[in-house]
Amino acid sequence: MLRGIALALSLIFADAAHAQDLRPYKIENGAINLSLTGKPGDPARGRQIVLERQKGICLLCHSGPFPEERFQGDLAPSLAGVGSRMNAGEIRLRMVDGTKVNPDTIMPPYYRIEGLNRVAPNFRGKPLLNADEIEDVIAFLLTLREDGATGQSK
Amino acid sequence: MGWLALALSLLSVWPAQAQTPQDPRKSGFAYMGRDTQAMQQDDLANPAMLTVLEGEALWTTPTGKAGKSCASCHGEARESMKGVAARYPSLDEASGKPIDLSGRIAQCRETRMEAAPLVREGRDMLALSAFVGLQSRGMPVAPPQDERLRPFREEGARLYTARMGQLNFTCAQCHDANAGQKLGAAPIPQAHPNAYPIYRLEWQSTGSLQRRLRNCMVGTRAEPFSYGSAEFIALELFLMERAKGMTIETPGVRP
Repeated sequence: MLRGIALALSLIFADAAHAQDLRPYKIENGAINLSLTGKPGDPARGRQIVLERQKGICLLCHSGPFPEERFQGDLAPSLAGVGSRMNAGEIRLRMVDGTKVNPDTIMPPYYRIEGLNRVAPNFRGKPLLNADEIEDVIAFLLTLREDGATGQSK
Repeated sequence: MGWLALALSLLSVWPAQAQTPQDPRKSGFAYMGRDTQAMQQDDLANPAMLTVLEGEALWTTPTGKAGKSCASCHGEARESMKGVAARYPSLDEASGKPIDLSGRIAQCRETRMEAAPLVREGRDMLALSAFVGLQSRGMPVAPPQDERLRPFREEGARLYTARMGQLNFTCAQCHDANAGQKLGAAPIPQAHPNAYPIYRLEWQSTGSLQRRLRNCMVGTRAEPFSYGSAEFIALELFLMERAKGMTIETPGVRP
């Protein structure tokens, strides 16, 4: 019984800790200009996250310059050239909470835990990606330029 | 809110009778590969027909304290069950609430046959609902136009357009706005309920519409509604209205 209560409490505090993990950010002119971690991300790790089906889930909806990847979705704009179309701050806002740009967007909010509905218990109180992962993905997406880069980090 | 308004306005313009060639609605069948279509169309190849056969056997098997089978009251299913699955969920007069086909089968067994309740998604329940469903194959989906169902159907429309789960999707975002587009490898169908229960290749078994809805909810990282819940019955009411006039394919095969 006591052990049960202790476990329940620890789960509650674990959730609270997750909630506190979310770093504050400021939206200015359609962008979040400052890195969530205060430093630039790692594009190589970002590439891994984008390609991992259970982690980034990006390729379920987006395609991109990844000829080795089968079964890329086509509900969302291609990631090819995204680094030429948008700057880091614009990508960051769209990843953190795309509904701030378009309230009807299908893009999941990758860094928001409030205002969601019926989230499954194992995902409750957790953002889709943490701040480091968000910055890694941004760093990688910025390498996808229209001048022909293939998304391999240099 | 925009989605809800759109969904409700579409409801009023959809035809009452069978589909016309201009009808933009497509059964999930249209999105499948030819092999899977052929499997559904051949009763000897369609694995769900085994479930139907089990249901046919159960139909005439007396069980429960009353010593009755389904056939004791309903006789030949070919006659008595013709078109029944096409109009469920329908209104349960006793409770004043909608009841789905599985709920009605369970109710009949408990009250009339005095038999042990059948488990939702259990083998016998799927077998009986697939067998009853088959008796409507080829008929148009014909939801009852009972005013008392309206608030429940509207609740279904609301749920269809409500964001859910960590991924924060609505049903409509994929199945209305992006139907035919690819989610990973798979084309997104329009989410019509006209072939259930189905044999789903991914499951390697037969399952209900509610099982399929639970799969989608788990995919969006939402806590799925329970089998037989008011939410699922409301959603099913909405989906049947949205598919009004489309042809029943039960038992379907889906990837």
